[in-house]
Amino acid sequence: MPTQPRTSSFAGHRLDRHRWTLFAVWVLALVWPLVAPNDYVLSLGVYFFINLILIASLNVIMGWTGQVSLAHAAFYGLGAYVSGVLNTRWGISPWLGTIAAIAAVGGVAAFVGWATLRLRGPYLSMGTLGFSGILSVLFVELVPLTGGPNGLAGIEPYEVFGYALDTPGRFFWFAWLVGALVTWLLINLFCSVPGRSLRAIEGSEIGANTLGVNTFRAKVIAFSLSAGMAGLAGAMYAHFNQFASPETFGFFASVLLVVMVALGGVGSLWGPVFGALVLTCVPELLRRFQDSELLIFGLCMIVVLLYLPGGISSLGQRFGRARQRKHLVKEADPSKPLRNLKMESPNGTVGH
Amino acid sequence: MSDTVQLLLAGLGTGSIYAMVALGFNIIFKSTGALNFAQGEWVMLGGMVAATLYAAKVPLAVAFVVAVVVAMAVGALSERLVVRKLKKPTPMSITILTIAIAICTKSIVMLTLGKSPAGLPSFSESGPISIAGAVLETQSLWIIGIAALVMAGAGYFFNRTVLGKAMRAAAAQPEAAALVGISPKLTMSLSFILAAAVGAVAGVIVTPLTLTSFDHGTILGFKAFCAAMLGGLGSLPGAMLGGLFLGLAESFAGGMLSSHFKDAVAFVVLLLVLVKWPNGLLGRGQVEKV
Repeated sequence: MPTQPRTSSFAGHRLDRHRWTLFAVWVLALVWPLVAPNDYVLSLGVYFFINLILIASLNVIMGWTGQVSLAHAAFYGLGAYVSGVLNTRWGISPWLGTIAAIAAVGGVAAFVGWATLRLRGPYLSMGTLGFSGILSVLFVELVPLTGGPNGLAGIEPYEVFGYALDTPGRFFWFAWLVGALVTWLLINLFCSVPGRSLRAIEGSEIGANTLGVNTFRAKVIAFSLSAGMAGLAGAMYAHFNQFASPETFGFFASVLLVVMVALGGVGSLWGPVFGALVLTCVPELLRRFQDSELLIFGLCMIVVLLYLPGGISSLGQRFGRARQRKHLVKEADPSKPLRNLKMESPNGTVGH
Repeated sequence: MSDTVQLLLAGLGTGSIYAMVALGFNIIFKSTGALNFAQGEWVMLGGMVAATLYAAKVPLAVAFVVAVVVAMAVGALSERLVVRKLKKPTPMSITILTIAIAICTKSIVMLTLGKSPAGLPSFSESGPISIAGAVLETQSLWIIGIAALVMAGAGYFFNRTVLGKAMRAAAAQPEAAALVGISPKLTMSLSFILAAAVGAVAGVIVTPLTLTSFDHGTILGFKAFCAAMLGGLGSLPGAMLGGLFLGLAESFAGGMLSSHFKDAVAFVVLLLVLVKWPNGLLGRGQVEKV
């Protein structure tokens, strides 16, 4: 088979393919409001997109810089409360509140990151662990602002030209659009120079350093961006649910998010899609098992982590690679070296 | 004055528990570089097993020993059947696996030992005693004493015995240790068993004061992380210092400021310490080699 001359660069080619995948997946998602039998199932679609943004945000810091944040549920909560409190206590519009939430969470994260990312190792995990503890206490104890353990009720929905996004059917389009936008931005970042320098940190921080990447600054910016995205997801959650309660944003929720990133595939561009699917659907599916729900979940998690270390998104990559290998062996020419199989992969991870 | 003594004693009691859990946490951090999320569950496991046995009329001392042995077996199985099967172990993948182990341990305890809280009687029958005007439960003395013994024992084990030194060697330089005949698999298993044992002891001795139930482990594990990092990750005296520091900070913050914000104050202290001494109070920075 003669090779076609490529007009675009290697990275550009991959960028195109990711963009087309995004387009295809999001067009497919449009079917959901048509097939969903009732509002409850439709609202799962909304939560899928909110979870997607949240998991993708954690994936930025975990997968691209190799740092584990244990405060993402708390950032999600902070986003929800900033926007929710501004709206219920001072009547500020949800749109402005959302922007304030992104800025506030991003800013706070920049401080935590500055304090803990100076050193290599699990220091970010620790700083974020402590921070998540502080936020959990504040959500419960600042009763005049947050409503305390009873939660914050009466948050207004978003409104577009007098048209309130107050039902799952109406909110779905908004979540769908924001999910697409965020993923599109991440694809661009993934393939751009700053994105690739971030991923170089995950590979080898010293290596990245010697190539002129200011790794400290890059990590702090990535963390702040990641937290800001979580804040966005939180604000969306607050205005969709119109209620926020502290236990949604506890420590266990943060740990669960880390698990979802791992199950989807750490550092993979499409991993969060699978992670969000698992986070949204599995609790619904396991509900019938009642008490053994957690055990089944834990065992499945062990199986996936042990036998599919690249996460669910690496399944496609495995099949693709096996097919490619077969194909190459067939037309192998002893005078030419085999193309490096590991250079690209369908789901966007760089080969190990 | 008596208030201060009261807070001091209470802080020392909870601090000793934190210190022990942090010790277990540090043992696994040393040998794998991973944060062990199952540590708190092992504490809960120890408490639950002992309480269940005691409720079935088993003598307290026997229940204590059996609980620790059960936890050691669970630690060994977790390592043998799960962590060791990992093809390319990295700190991050082990960390995430320990989350799965924690979830499984917690739900198995819930399914087998039940959901209701369980308790144990105090180890000695005499009632509260008073020291300098402060009232102290005798169980707190047991906690402080046993924690001190465990800490001293751990110090002896890691500094004086061949096995303990072998474990430290394997943690510092796995390849070099393997060359001189230390099996990395054995030391890894041992670190899980020891960590589980220390956790279970803490779980049994704290149960008379606080009761325990299947969902108690997570928060204890969480506090132990904080204690371990306050003192410096991977450092044995650091775990002790960090645990006591955290216990005292919580106790005084709760007593003098407001019990509502007690937890938050502890975490603020933690963040401030991390800003000033990123390696913790006793931790040493690592020199990175390429």
